[in-house]
Amino acid sequence: MKDRTLVQIALYAAIIAVLGLLPRFDIPLAGGVPITAQSMGIMLAGVMLGAWRGALAVTLFLFVVALGAPLLAGGRGGLGVFFGPSVGFLLGYPVAAFAAGLIMQRFRNQPVLPVALIAAVIGGIVVLYPLGIIGMSTLGSLSPLDAAKACLIFIPGDTIKAVLVALVAQTVARGYPEALISRGA
Amino acid sequence: MISLYLAERTWLHGVPAGWKLLALALISLAVTPFDSLPLMAGLVAATLALYASLGRAAFAQVALLRPMWPLFAILIALHWWNGDILLGLVVSLRIVAMILIANAVTMTTRMDAMMDVIEPALRPLGWFGIPPRSVALAVAMMIRFVPLLFALWEALNESWRARTGKRGGWRLLAPFCIQTLRLSHHTAEALAARGGVFRGERR
Repeated sequence: MKDRTLVQIALYAAIIAVLGLLPRFDIPLAGGVPITAQSMGIMLAGVMLGAWRGALAVTLFLFVVALGAPLLAGGRGGLGVFFGPSVGFLLGYPVAAFAAGLIMQRFRNQPVLPVALIAAVIGGIVVLYPLGIIGMSTLGSLSPLDAAKACLIFIPGDTIKAVLVALVAQTVARGYPEALISRGA
Repeated sequence: MISLYLAERTWLHGVPAGWKLLALALISLAVTPFDSLPLMAGLVAATLALYASLGRAAFAQVALLRPMWPLFAILIALHWWNGDILLGLVVSLRIVAMILIANAVTMTTRMDAMMDVIEPALRPLGWFGIPPRSVALAVAMMIRFVPLLFALWEALNESWRARTGKRGGWRLLAPFCIQTLRLSHHTAEALAARGGVFRGERR
């Protein structure tokens, strides 16, 4: 690992925090599992940094939240959030970023927009939701099907976010290709 | 940055962080297998008594649960639908108690004290070529980046507003990513100029 890698990881962990705290992006539809720009930050970390760096950036973010920083959307944080029903989503975040990053790296020679969209959807929905649902069904003593019902309302919002992430990735790839680290050599 | 930490010292501040974390882990393991309503109601009552003993500022943090009410409503409704509303109540009370107990640890433990407790657990990272002190540095860098990035976002937002009269919203994300990466290059150069992180370990 190089110094620059460490800085990039810290940078994206901070970006995830900032996206969660920006008032403009704070759309609290229903409590507990907030849908805000924060989950966009998770997708962005994977899409921009690639698998390992993305997953480490998200892990660093969660680590600082666990240490006591109120950096989760809506100013939540501390150890309490890891005992709430959305813990499956929280712990699934690094896995989601890893999956998104892996897809970006695998298809680095394909056009950015479709690959980033697929990466964001697979990471942020296909991989993340089963983990979130497992967490919710365990903590809430629900059958996985019931837990899934409680989570489904968030999927439309997350789909919109995946589209935005893909648009952002494409704009970045045009304006400053170097910033799309997942596509670098 | 707003903090969950209580500035006013309470008796729980005096308990070493390691003991508090151990107690939290033991409580969470102990309450998981029991689905008894009186027991969980008792646990919540005991937790509220703990908060009361920590003073008014601590008790005010019970309000942290407020954004979670819709979720508890959904949880209880789903159990009610399945014909076991009692289980729904038990589960909700257990989650409330555990969130509050875990938050009590966060409220009364400084971030650096928490970091010191966790540090021995990070030592195995050294085997994978990640020096434990790089974790501490990454944490410090991230916390320092947050206000910087806020300022950067505000600057982008202002120039967008000057041009369009509207707020930028998500359109700022691409320039934000590009600008922040520039910032990270400067930081990495500054870090390297001061001897770097990973070279220092070899010695």
